[in-house]
Amino acid sequence: MIALVTGASGFLGRAVAAQLVAEGHEVRTLQRRPSGVAGATDVLGSITDPDAVARAVAGDGSAPVEGVVHLAAKVSLTGDPADFRAVNVEGTRALLDAAESAGAARFVQVSSPSVAHAGASLTGVGAEPASPQHARGDYARTKAEAERIALERDSDRLAVVAIRPHIVWGPGDEQLIERVVDRARRGRLPLLNGGTALIDSTYVDNAATAIAAALRRADAAHGRALVVTNGEPRPVGDLLAGICTAAGVRPPRISVPAALGRAVGSLVERAWAIRPGADEPPMTRFLAEQLSTAHWFDQRETREALDWAPTVTIDEGLARLAAHYRAR
Amino acid sequence: MSSARHDHAPGSGSGPAVTAPRTTTAPASLPPEGLPGLDPAWSRLVRVPGRGIDAGVTRGWHCLDTAGELEALGVEPAGTILAVHGNPTWSFLWRRLAEGTLAAAAAGGPAWRLVAVDQLEMGFSERSGLHRTVAQRVHDLAGFADAVVGDGPVITIGHDWGGVVSLGWAVDHAPQLAGVALLNTAIHHPAGVPIPAPLRLARARGVLAASTVATPAFLETTLSLPAEPLPADVREAYRAPYRTAARRDGIGGFVADIPADASHESHAELERIAAGVARLEAPALLLWGPRDPIFGDRYLDDLVDRLPHARVHRFEGAGHLVAEERLYADAVLSWVGEDVAPAAGGLETPRPAAEAPRPAEGAAEAPPPADAEAFRPLWHRLDERALDDGTAVIDMTRTDAGEPRTVSWRQLHARVQELAAGLHRLGIRRGDRVSLLLQPGPTLTAVVYACLRIGAIAVVADAGLGVQGLSRAVRGAQPDVIIGEQKGLAAARALGWPGRRFSAGRLPRAAEAALGVEASLGEVARLGCGEPLPPEPAPADEAAVLFTSGSTGPAKGVVYTHAQLSALRDVLEQHLAIHGGTGLVTGFAPFALLGPALGTRSATPDMDVSAPRTLTASAVAAAVRASDARIVFLSPAAVLNVVATADALTDADRAALGRIETFLSTGAPIGLGMLRSIAALMPAATPRTPYGMTECLLVADITLAEVEAAATAPDEGVCVGRAIDGNRILISALDADGRAVGEPSAEPGVLGEVVIAAPHLKRGYDRLWLTDREAARGTEALDAGSPEHPIRWHRTGDVGHLDADGRLWIEGRLPHVLVTADGPLAPVGTEQDVEAVDAVRRAAVVGVGPHGLRQAVAVVESLPAARRPGLADAGLAAAVRASTAQPLAAVLVVPSLPTDVRHNSKIDRVRLSAWAERTLAGRTPGAP
Repeated sequence: MIALVTGASGFLGRAVAAQLVAEGHEVRTLQRRPSGVAGATDVLGSITDPDAVARAVAGDGSAPVEGVVHLAAKVSLTGDPADFRAVNVEGTRALLDAAESAGAARFVQVSSPSVAHAGASLTGVGAEPASPQHARGDYARTKAEAERIALERDSDRLAVVAIRPHIVWGPGDEQLIERVVDRARRGRLPLLNGGTALIDSTYVDNAATAIAAALRRADAAHGRALVVTNGEPRPVGDLLAGICTAAGVRPPRISVPAALGRAVGSLVERAWAIRPGADEPPMTRFLAEQLSTAHWFDQRETREALDWAPTVTIDEGLARLAAHYRAR
Repeated sequence: MSSARHDHAPGSGSGPAVTAPRTTTAPASLPPEGLPGLDPAWSRLVRVPGRGIDAGVTRGWHCLDTAGELEALGVEPAGTILAVHGNPTWSFLWRRLAEGTLAAAAAGGPAWRLVAVDQLEMGFSERSGLHRTVAQRVHDLAGFADAVVGDGPVITIGHDWGGVVSLGWAVDHAPQLAGVALLNTAIHHPAGVPIPAPLRLARARGVLAASTVATPAFLETTLSLPAEPLPADVREAYRAPYRTAARRDGIGGFVADIPADASHESHAELERIAAGVARLEAPALLLWGPRDPIFGDRYLDDLVDRLPHARVHRFEGAGHLVAEERLYADAVLSWVGEDVAPAAGGLETPRPAAEAPRPAEGAAEAPPPADAEAFRPLWHRLDERALDDGTAVIDMTRTDAGEPRTVSWRQLHARVQELAAGLHRLGIRRGDRVSLLLQPGPTLTAVVYACLRIGAIAVVADAGLGVQGLSRAVRGAQPDVIIGEQKGLAAARALGWPGRRFSAGRLPRAAEAALGVEASLGEVARLGCGEPLPPEPAPADEAAVLFTSGSTGPAKGVVYTHAQLSALRDVLEQHLAIHGGTGLVTGFAPFALLGPALGTRSATPDMDVSAPRTLTASAVAAAVRASDARIVFLSPAAVLNVVATADALTDADRAALGRIETFLSTGAPIGLGMLRSIAALMPAATPRTPYGMTECLLVADITLAEVEAAATAPDEGVCVGRAIDGNRILISALDADGRAVGEPSAEPGVLGEVVIAAPHLKRGYDRLWLTDREAARGTEALDAGSPEHPIRWHRTGDVGHLDADGRLWIEGRLPHVLVTADGPLAPVGTEQDVEAVDAVRRAAVVGVGPHGLRQAVAVVESLPAARRPGLADAGLAAAVRASTAQPLAAVLVVPSLPTDVRHNSKIDRVRLSAWAERTLAGRTPGAP
């Protein structure tokens, strides 16, 4: 089918576009920078630009797309709330409008487990409904709204599926891996409560195959939100140590109490709002919660609905990460 | 609080509060809607012609009645369950029974109509302003039942003082009575014993009105009794009919009607009912919450004596409001289906073949003649060797002039005879329970055989249960007699255990008086000297109550009959080829006692029996030398220390150990390395590690050579060998949800619950009818044997599989099975994999997360030991993960794993699992 992938210059978007190309689809991408995905046709432009969106969806002379995978989003721990809204909410709405008017049949909204959770410990839960009122931070709040808007558009003509990959990582990831490695290198990566919180994560290839499966299975899975993970929860300390070891840096050794971490996170967040630095804040309340409470999910429905299973284990993923760093 | 306003005018100040006239009246009314679990459709108001003091007037009753619902379902009720609440509750108490009976009827099961009254002056029934005695309440109920229930079969059920009232109706209507069920109640109070203190206080003049009527104190106290607080809406529902002092009048009336002594107006009626209960033949069910400050175990014991055929279940941990704390309605429905319905006729549910009702004392079914010949009582060898001056028992823990104390067969026989006759002269009878708080040794041995001989039931609870566990066990067993050393008797006194008390040795007079000791065993023996013995007990009579270790929940009493204990002796004798000259060294309680029954001398090594890990190799060798024994039997904890102290053995010690032919260890798994080490100390011995449990002490057996052979098999778990001759082992397969629901079978390679049969299997659990049912669940269709040789089956709670060679492999306990997204996982196989890692001393695999989605987590004691609990370091975690095919979410280290008291080897997985859950949720890891 002809498939549009938005945000294909990002870490996950690139992997998804490449996966769809590999599966034999005709892939078009929409983002501001070239995607660099071999075999895909880039349409350059912002998701906030209706013309660019219309061009990408309707085909601008060639055939309109049959399926859309929407990854473009403002992903950040801090920033101007209006920017989050313009990209994450209005961008999604514009894309849905364009897909409907172009007669597309499938729409995969790539979302996040944070749209439904407010920081409490999660053990073996499924995908609860997205809740903008309870989500923490501008990113989660606007993504929650976007997911609701997308799923509300699910209809006989347009099959909408929301996929929530949890903590995606792999070689080339600048969002998580690079930050972890960089902070560890500078000795600024503490563990909270000894790093014992059990968390799920998703190796990038698994997230990409799951999203491709959602496009394929949209007829069966439509109307639902599904969390995607490796299905191998690990203590956050083990995971961070694995990443650091793969990157050749010393794993974190210092443990601070989670309550302190959260308090510091709150303070730093406020300080950063007044006097923003060049980098992301070293610790936010949200991050402190993410790193000190259990987050792992029931994958049975996801695997059944998508007829999909992860193919790269965490250990294999860490080995590939190590190979990536050795090659650099 | 006593200044609270009284809005009716009792003649207080003059007459005793208990007869205060009442002036407040109110008609019956309907309960408010929206009470939790109570369907307003069940509520009914009826007017009933009064009796007794109400003759000539009608009274308004509120009751729950499911007749309308049953009619709507189109089913004809088989009879009526007439439920009577106590004080200070109301028919709301029975809502789950209403729901349960209706659900059973809707599902096509037996349909029983539930009628649950609010007694007059109580709940939403009429307030007449009259004081009602027990006799009057029995009249009231009879009038009500005539008007509302009619003629069909009736099952009564009552709680608290409602139990007494319901029994009053039952004894007066025996032809109509299909069954009696009771929850915590009391029918008889022995003369001379004060009524329970909380009631004495509540009845005291001045306190009565204040605590029961003027303030809701009595009601609130009752509602606060459950260990787990009642939900707020349930508490509110209980309060609903008792909002004002006027509406609480009946609560005070009830308390006032408790006879403190024979002069009370209700005493005679209670005596009449109590006597009548003993004549009831209808099926009976007693459900009890033992944590009840008023209706304690002694009242249950009294009811068991009056209703010896009753099914009895004590819900350990539950209290007075057992109806709110446990699934009592399910228990009642099971009982109705199994015992009541068949007897009541009309319903075709067959009575389960697994266990016939317990025969009343003295009415034991006579065994077929062939069996009677085969049956040799446990004291048979003692009688045979009555004139033998050879050594029977050696106690290495005590010495006479430097020599270990020895007792000859002649002495032991004589001592048993004297003690038996003495106990009998003191009034101890067949069926009486005798709790033995004695260290293993000649004294315990003699007392046990004396008890067995007169048919008294030996209750053997050991210190390994811990003080709390021991206390719970002794109270639960309700011994008639306690025989102990000073320490045990002091505990009995301090913890208020019931029963007459005898001391092992002579105590100073002052101590005797302080501990309430009637006599020492020496005095008992003197009393019995030359006295005749009562007739021998029958094979089917109860002989002993042993206790499970409590490592898998509260310790349970396990009841053995004489026939079953004799069968245990026979299987040991045959399996180990024991003969008169064998000789046995053991500090392991149940086996230490069997020496005289086996007709061979037995020696207890010098050790603290309550701490088996203190046993040294030298002490074992000394006992072997003194007894010239060929068999040594040790607990796993003792084995560890014996191996650890082997360096101290002398050449003579080693020579003595070199003559040992059989070494046994049982109670918990013992590692191959440890078994090899002990084998090296006893080079001529065949080391064996039988598999068994308190419920069946010998199930399977395996030798060291067989353990070595099994080590190369691909099977998961610990190989415990093949069934001992005469035993059977089957597996009830686990389903995907981890429940053992498979038809028990011998098919190899199937993971499931181990189901066993043996001639020496327990008779049942003590006062745990529901546990008995669960242990026999799904075995009805299995081979039941012949009437001469019945085969009884038991679910062990262990999980494992059989292999193609018929060997049993144990993989854990049923409650410890983790149900993961991939199905059930028994932990032992993975633990063995993990323990093969060099840096791991001991491992436990537990689950975190919700049922059906559990993540397996390895918790290990590392070498060297971790200083504090937390994540294993990367190297150890990687090695542990690599050791097993089972995915592990986390590898945690702890300085030491929590274990049970008795064996010091069974890991407390429930606690460990909760700890892992907390830790992996992200809390700072504390000690497990």
